[in-house]
Amino acid sequence: MAYSLTLLAAGTIFLITAVIFYELYAQSVLPRHKFGWHFLVTQTWDPVAGQFGALPFIYGTVVTSMVAMLIAVPQGIGSAIFLSELAPPRISDALTFMIELLAAVPSVLYGLIGFYVLVPILQADLVPVLRGSLGFLPIFQGAFYGVSYFSAGVVLSIMIVPFIISVSREVLMAVPREQREAALALGSTRWQTTWRVVLPFAFKGIMGSIFLALARALGETMAVTMVVGNTPQIKASLLAPGYSIAAVIANEFTEAVGDLYKSSLIELGLVLFTVTFLINGLARLLILATRRGTAA
Amino acid sequence: MRKILALVSILFAIGVSVSTAAVLINGAGATFPNPMYSKWFFEYNKLHPDVQINYQSLGSGAGIQQVTEGTVDFGATDGPMNDDQIKAFRDKRGAGVLHFPTVLGGVVPSYNLPGVTGELNFTPEALAGIFLGKITKWNDPELAKANPGVKLPTSDLLVVHRSDGSGTTYVWVDFLCKVSPEWKKGPGLGTAINWPVGLGGKGNDGVSGLIKQTPYSIGYVELIYAVQNKLPYGKVRNSSGSFVKADLASVTAAANGAAQNMPDDFRVSITNGPGKDVYPIASFTWLLIPEKIQDAGKKKIITDFLTWMLNDGQNLTEALTYAKLPKAVVAKELKAISKIQ
Amino acid sequence: MNAKKAVNFIMFSLTGVCALLTVGILFFILGYMAWRGAASLSWSFFTQLPAPVGEPGGGMANAIVGSGKVLLLATVIGIPIGFLGGVYLNEYAGMTMSFVIRYATDLLNGVPSIVIGIVVWALVVQPMGHYSAMAGGIALGIMMIPISVRSTEEFLHAVPLSLREAAVALGASKWKAIATVVIPAAMRGIITGTMLDFARVAGETAPLLFTALGNSFWSSGYNQPTATLPAMIYTYAISAYDDWHRQAWAAGFVLLALVLTINVIARLVVSRGIHMPRGAA
Repeated sequence: MAYSLTLLAAGTIFLITAVIFYELYAQSVLPRHKFGWHFLVTQTWDPVAGQFGALPFIYGTVVTSMVAMLIAVPQGIGSAIFLSELAPPRISDALTFMIELLAAVPSVLYGLIGFYVLVPILQADLVPVLRGSLGFLPIFQGAFYGVSYFSAGVVLSIMIVPFIISVSREVLMAVPREQREAALALGSTRWQTTWRVVLPFAFKGIMGSIFLALARALGETMAVTMVVGNTPQIKASLLAPGYSIAAVIANEFTEAVGDLYKSSLIELGLVLFTVTFLINGLARLLILATRRGTAA
Repeated sequence: MRKILALVSILFAIGVSVSTAAVLINGAGATFPNPMYSKWFFEYNKLHPDVQINYQSLGSGAGIQQVTEGTVDFGATDGPMNDDQIKAFRDKRGAGVLHFPTVLGGVVPSYNLPGVTGELNFTPEALAGIFLGKITKWNDPELAKANPGVKLPTSDLLVVHRSDGSGTTYVWVDFLCKVSPEWKKGPGLGTAINWPVGLGGKGNDGVSGLIKQTPYSIGYVELIYAVQNKLPYGKVRNSSGSFVKADLASVTAAANGAAQNMPDDFRVSITNGPGKDVYPIASFTWLLIPEKIQDAGKKKIITDFLTWMLNDGQNLTEALTYAKLPKAVVAKELKAISKIQ
Repeated sequence: MNAKKAVNFIMFSLTGVCALLTVGILFFILGYMAWRGAASLSWSFFTQLPAPVGEPGGGMANAIVGSGKVLLLATVIGIPIGFLGGVYLNEYAGMTMSFVIRYATDLLNGVPSIVIGIVVWALVVQPMGHYSAMAGGIALGIMMIPISVRSTEEFLHAVPLSLREAAVALGASKWKAIATVVIPAAMRGIITGTMLDFARVAGETAPLLFTALGNSFWSSGYNQPTATLPAMIYTYAISAYDDWHRQAWAAGFVLLALVLTINVIARLVVSRGIHMPRGAA
């Protein structure tokens, strides 16, 4: 009885995902037939001329999400370790409580804070420092107008960090006492215990939180569109303005007139679905390869 | 577990029980007139407490789509429906759709030029050149020509445009198409454009924000946003040769020019119109009302509202920086109301 | 010896820096919202309907109630499905099934909220012929599922084998063991996940614009369009008027306060569970 109930729930989840995929697939018939695979490699997005290509958006989505993850993962895991291992329980609880609240801040407010607070700070302080020290790297060259892949990545990282911290902290705290005590008894420092025993034990849960965070970063719309510059182009520099799939859908869908235009936006949604599919797959393979046996 | 179920049931019961006796009419569409419509529907509700007209700004395209689908009772759009869309409406709903202009708006070239305090003059050629990416420096001859006394900096221009599809963009590029064959052949006319250059800001607020924070930038915004955000904006040369600054009078004047040749369905572009005091980048915004409204109660409410809007409602526009309709257009619309069955 | 201790000190200090940075950002954001919106927080904010620009007073009473309604429905849809799905994954599923369902869950999590809104519009609003709070609840409920599955699964997994074995050794059937021992032991983590989930959808705007639309007045039941806090915040924040901007920030602050309250209440209600021996500190 209980088994069938849970199976039903699991089946529903699969069904919902399948329905969404189906809707995306069915509604994007027009551009798929018209452009075929070219859709994925074309750089032009011209609603007036009816030419649509996904490449700049795919690029932007991947780049902004990568930047966000590179910042948020160490930041999140580091904070989670501090909160679970070092901080006094009451303070840890209270702080985590409030960090989880950050997940409730509406995307548009993150966008506004990002645009009116973060972007000026980046323009005035952070980016000059970055350029001063690492300016020879191609990713930090070119004109900087404030809105850019980098700014979007930073805003995204703030938005996704609560997920990593909250879940990672709980998982770390759930590691049985005996494991830590055994390591300490063998003469490890607390850090060695944490690094060599606790973290590996909590690895699966922490990876889970990272997947959650990545998913949010890939699909975030409002905050990204306010700080990314909304320019469909492909540039090596992180300081250049860019665009992302979710942002362009949010920007253009409600005003899109004409079946080809609308369906091309839907096809972008399908592309994002596929990108998520592939990134998830790659990540899982990576985990399988490094952990051998831990089913992701 | 039982506690939780009880709590949830009670909350549901509360949620379902709050109800009102009033008639609810839903509309969706353009964001530009949202503050105006919210004022109108608020005042109308004060006069008729049993009538609630709920308007939400989802965007002109969404307004057109939703009124065609029938998920809302009326729509609103900054750019008139084209023939294909009207046909689609007729096919789906069995009858036609009517356009009713409500107010007027203007789109202005706004800029951030450190060191320059006066108003700049922009020729249509200058604007087209800037947005095509041909004019890249502030001291370009085309700009200097129109601004003889002003010391223009040598810096590069940064163009800011809209990233989202919008009626504001439509009006702006409608003007550019009329004054620049190169623009017409190139990026063309639409609510979303493949811009040759520039950053994209989301919404009028996004563009205003970018202009404010980025020195040497230039973009286009609705007059109201420029005024409310205290952004400097320039004069544009109209078809009669005068440089006119956008304000309520010059925008209404633009509609006056069009009033003479107003088509019966009110779908007309008034950019670059004739007249000395006319601001050339202005536009109507329309309500989209189905020709045939099944529910007799709703039909009466909508026709009453339209009548009120065209008379008393027009007196409320200027306080919110919207330009009112010229009298000739109002008269024509009042007659058109009878087309609603 | 000293090298070990030095590394210990440095690494933990780094984690402290990370935590400090996060907490700093947190307080900054909260403070910023309070600062920008404080002027609009008054009694009328909580009791009045929205007023047009230029009218004094005006509030978001209908949006607060509307958000409550929509989130209630979302929780009732999303949490049970997610929870049971998580139980299935951890307790019953074999290798292939668990791989497939996990993958599907992660995919669902990655769908942009606006796409969920578009799909629910096509599947619920369009056939019904009008916008409704119910459609909004369905959209947000779907968004709640993945996080609920993930956290249920993670924390069930974290319950030590010894606990399960003990239950079975005492004669419990598989389901009884799960229901009476494993789940309560994992409850703390599951509640954390649920609250995180709730917080996330409480702030979502895009799906609501396509499903619940918005309402300047009170909405009846679940069959009418309804105002919600995120949608109001969005409409006001992108407007040209300072007054509306202030109200948007105030609404953001109120939204957070609401989520915090629900968080506290939920933990109090479920606080009686088996206290898992916690490993840290």
